[in-house]
Amino acid sequence: MSQRVTVVENILNANDQIAEQNMAQLEASGVTAVNLMASPGAGKTSLILSTVDRLVRRLRLGVVEGDTAPVTIDSERVLAKGIPAVQINTGGGCHLDAVMLQSALTQLDLDQLDLLIVENVGNLVCPANFRLGAQRNVLIASVPEGDDKPYKYPGMYRGVDALVINKIDLLPYTPFDMDYFCRGVEMLNPGLATFPLSCRTGEGLDDWIDWLVEQVRARRRV
Amino acid sequence: MHELSVTENILAIALKHAEKARAQRVTDLYLVIGQMASIVDDSVQFYWDIISAGTPAEGARLHFQRVPTELQCLNCNRRYAPADDDFACPDCRSQQIRVVAGEEFYLDAIEIE
Ligand SMILES: Nc1nc2c(ncn2[C@@H]2O[C@H](COP(=O)(O)OP(=O)(O)OP(=O)(O)O)[C@@H](O)[C@H]2O)c(=O)[nH]1
Ligand SMILES: [Mg+2]
Ligand SMILES: [Zn+2]
Repeated sequence: MSQRVTVVENILNANDQIAEQNMAQLEASGVTAVNLMASPGAGKTSLILSTVDRLVRRLRLGVVEGDTAPVTIDSERVLAKGIPAVQINTGGGCHLDAVMLQSALTQLDLDQLDLLIVENVGNLVCPANFRLGAQRNVLIASVPEGDDKPYKYPGMYRGVDALVINKIDLLPYTPFDMDYFCRGVEMLNPGLATFPLSCRTGEGLDDWIDWLVEQVRARRRV
Repeated sequence: MHELSVTENILAIALKHAEKARAQRVTDLYLVIGQMASIVDDSVQFYWDIISAGTPAEGARLHFQRVPTELQCLNCNRRYAPADDDFACPDCRSQQIRVVAGEEFYLDAIEIE
C-alpha cells in the first residue's frame, strides 16, 4: 500500500547543522570567521593579502583557502605573509561546505586567532546555499564582471552581511553603472554594508578594514 | 556540480524518513525548489539514478515543483514576478520590496510502500 509521508525538511539541513557546530566552536574560542565568496578572479586572494598587510599587527589572523584542485598558489601567497593558512582541496567541487571547514578548523589553533578569513571556491552560483558556520558572509563583486550580477544571481546577494565591490580602479574603462548595480543590491538586501574598493590602488580599503575590526570587536577586545 | 551533493542530501533525508515510517520502498519524492535556488533538475535526476541504486529508494520518481520568484511591493502591496533586469514595482516603481517566494529548497513529502 502506498502512503504519503510529510517531510518538509530543508535539503541542506545536514550541512546547516554542521555549520552551527562550527559556529559554536568559533564562538567558544572567540574567533570571528568571515566567509569570502566571489566568482573566479574577482579578487578574493588579493583582498585577503591586502587585509593581512593592514591587520597583521593588530589582530591574530588565520586563513582557510578553498580550491577546486590541489594547486597551492593562493595558500602559498598567504603563508608567505607569515600567518597560518590551511588549504582545503574540494577535488573539483564548486563550493566549500561545513564539513570541509570543520576539518580545516581542527588544523588551526583557534585560541590563538582573532580573525579567520575563509576564501571560498570561485563561484557565484552555489556557495550561498552551503553555509559554513562563519559568523559573517561576504560577497566580492568586481567591476569587470558587469553591473547586472545582482539581477542574475539574486541568491548570492540575498544572504550576505557585506559586499565588497573590487577593482574600482577599472571604472573609467568599463560601462559599469554603479547606480544600477547598487539599486539591485539594495532591493535584495536593504541596508547591506557595501565597500567599493581597489586592491590594486588601496582606495576604499580603510572602510573595509574598519568594518572587519568592528566584527571582531564584538567578540574580543582588540 | 553541486547537484551531486544536493542529490546525496535528498537521498539521505528520504531514507531517514522512510526508515522512521518502516517503509520497504520509497516510490516518489516531492521537491519544492525556488527559482533563486540554482539547481538543474536534469542533473539531479542524473545523479539520482546513480546514487539511489541499491537503496530502498532505487527507481523512485522525483517530482520537482519549481516556485517562481515573487516579490511584494512594500509601498502598494502589489505582488509581482520581477523582470530579468529590474526588480522595482511595476505599478508604483517603488524599490522597497520583499521576497515572497522563490527561495524554497526542501523535500516536501515522500511516498512509501
Ligand atoms: N585592476 C585590478 N585588478 C585586480 C584588483 N584586485 C585583484 N586584481 C587582479 O585580478 C586577478 C585575480 O585576482 P585574485 O585575487 O587571484 O582573485 P581570486 O578571486 O582569488 O581568484 P580565484 O582564487 O582564482 O578564484 C589578478 O590578476 C589580480 O591582480 C583590483 O583592485 N584592480
Ligand atoms: Mg584566489
Ligand atoms: Zn508598488
